[in-house]
Amino acid sequence: MITLPDRVAEALPPGGAPLSLIDPDGTVGDAHGVLVMPHDEVLRELLRQMISGRRFDAQATALTKQGRLAVYPSSRGQEACQVGAVLALREQDWLFPTYRDTVAIITRSVEPPEALSLLRGEWHCGYDPYQRNVAPQCTPLATHALHAVGLAHAARVKHEDQVALVLLGDGATSEGDTHEALNFAAVWQAPAVFLVQNNGYAISVPLAKQTAAPALAYKGVGYGMRSLLIDGNDAAAVYAAVHSAVTRAAAGHGPTLIEALTYRIEAHTNADDAARYRDSAEVEAWLARDPLRRLETHLRDRKLVDDADLAQFATEAEQLAADVRAAMNRDMSADPADLFAHVYAEPTPALTAQREFLLAELAGGQDRSLK
Amino acid sequence: MNHVMDRPTATPPRPAPAGREAGGRDAGPVTMAAALNSALADALASDPYVLVFGEDVGPLGGVFRVTDGLAARFGEDRVFDTPLAESGIIGTAIGMAMNGLRPVVEMQFDAFAYPAFEQVTSHLAKLRNRTRGRISLPVVVRVPFGGGIGGVEHHCDSSEAYYVHTAGLRVVTPGTASDAYRLLRQSIECPDPVIFLEPKRRYWSREPLSAEGGPAIGQALIRRPGTDVTLIAYGGTVGTALEAADAAAAEQGLDVEVMDLRSLSPFDDTTVAGSVRRTGRALVLHEAAGFGGYGAEVASRLTEQCFHYLEAPILRVTGFDVPYPPPALEQYHLPGVDRILDAIARLQWDDHA
Repeated sequence: MITLPDRVAEALPPGGAPLSLIDPDGTVGDAHGVLVMPHDEVLRELLRQMISGRRFDAQATALTKQGRLAVYPSSRGQEACQVGAVLALREQDWLFPTYRDTVAIITRSVEPPEALSLLRGEWHCGYDPYQRNVAPQCTPLATHALHAVGLAHAARVKHEDQVALVLLGDGATSEGDTHEALNFAAVWQAPAVFLVQNNGYAISVPLAKQTAAPALAYKGVGYGMRSLLIDGNDAAAVYAAVHSAVTRAAAGHGPTLIEALTYRIEAHTNADDAARYRDSAEVEAWLARDPLRRLETHLRDRKLVDDADLAQFATEAEQLAADVRAAMNRDMSADPADLFAHVYAEPTPALTAQREFLLAELAGGQDRSLK
Repeated sequence: MNHVMDRPTATPPRPAPAGREAGGRDAGPVTMAAALNSALADALASDPYVLVFGEDVGPLGGVFRVTDGLAARFGEDRVFDTPLAESGIIGTAIGMAMNGLRPVVEMQFDAFAYPAFEQVTSHLAKLRNRTRGRISLPVVVRVPFGGGIGGVEHHCDSSEAYYVHTAGLRVVTPGTASDAYRLLRQSIECPDPVIFLEPKRRYWSREPLSAEGGPAIGQALIRRPGTDVTLIAYGGTVGTALEAADAAAAEQGLDVEVMDLRSLSPFDDTTVAGSVRRTGRALVLHEAAGFGGYGAEVASRLTEQCFHYLEAPILRVTGFDVPYPPPALEQYHLPGVDRILDAIARLQWDDHA
């Protein structure tokens, strides 16, 4: 008789239902003993940051309508993933976000104007990745997952304690790079964590057209990787799942794939019309599973927050929105000479000549006479 | 210089024993494959952050044996086999370089590198620019390239035009064993990502290894000085160009200058245009198809820079605009000495003194 290695059994997601610590009504959920409820202070911080994140997201969407941002992919409804995953990281760990993860990036303490540089159209990445260990936002899908695996493997080669967290969407799991990243990570036992925010749609295409897998978490089984299926609107569950995955990875026990079931309340971006591919009843059903309300209810029931706390959180969120508005209403300071400055470590003679050409053109010094 | 003109053989002999200290102190001729092996060994020995990985590069030593013995000498933590996935190899190399390492990766054959195209063009090439220089990716991608070895389909592409069109990449290719050593060491030292194209048909060409000196990474080199015409070649066609120069001297009484580009991108305008201004005539030689090919860029920029010095249009001698042929037909596709001499003859010699 063939016996399966232990790690295969371990890799199977426990139970058929997603793990949760706090259910939509605020009561304690069923995590099958796999997830541990975060400390009270962590729960309060999750709520505080989710309130700020949602306000930031609404402000960014509003700025697109005023023409101050070129585009903004909203993560409204996904705050539990955006905030819960990032707060579970340690200072030395790395975050590999996508274009939809700006809330996660500011939760990691990247300055909001720098985080919005890409979507404003000012520069492709506005922040220094090494300052907060946040990789540039990935716009093609899943390519950054391989970068995360390489970075994590390098940390092990250098005997440094670092874990890389990759944020992915459900659509990205169809990309070849997701497969290669999961496979490399498992073979190398790299200290990497993959969080798939399954929000139901890849722009307009529903999950049923992406995969026939019973759950995306089950894909981890094929790679011999520990996998978890969690309620992605439960910030406590997201925090606990990522925290345990980071702890295991740091201890040398390899990567984890986490599928978090959530929902994108807004359209793909401000330029999209979600009514063309989904009906409002579906959105209403997910609004009832709101990640902020359930944590607030839970914390109020346990007397861990009161009206004064919530007023304070709201005030902080309004201040953040006001700061973002002010920063985005300032004109951009894009320097044409920057086009040539960072293509190579040292500008090539040809690029130096092209820079001089452009600057002369801008100075009106071009001599168009025919000689 | 006859050692660089060895005819390729369909069955590769094993390279001469490599791994001599500091690039081979004994003076015997070595193959290009062995010179590359020495360069990798010396880089691994001098910098603990250099890693070598890819498909079959570990205990096997690579399908061309370029990494022969390296896993045994440096351990499989530093010289290792990866899963068989080219995008994964380049993508993880990017992440390793983000974290301070200097990966040297191998794409097993030119056409097998295409699954990694997105990682190379959208990320390896662009992350420095995307982050205003904060992320530096000193990654070397070794790609055995070109034909002339009797390889079957997907084993003989000349893919340089795809890479040179991408800003942010350096694309280099050696023409001789000594240059293979020096250029690979320079590429590993370079802070920019480097596509290092290894001409398969020259892997077994031999010459005494000269590890020191030579031009910098971005510079072209005059392999054979001449006064009548500049024959511009790179990689596998350098040897062919030198052969053609000898034949032109004997059959046409012409003194051909052979320019080995070494660096396809950035292009060394100073050295190459300087030569063309002196000779007044130029030919560009490559195996790849002519249409939309690298030679078009070379001819165009040299025409712009040297127009008043030219005695004739700059001609290209290239492969045909066809998918790379099967072994039975590749001799008709690859530009050889006769085709070069015919092109030289068409360079408007009527008024030549």
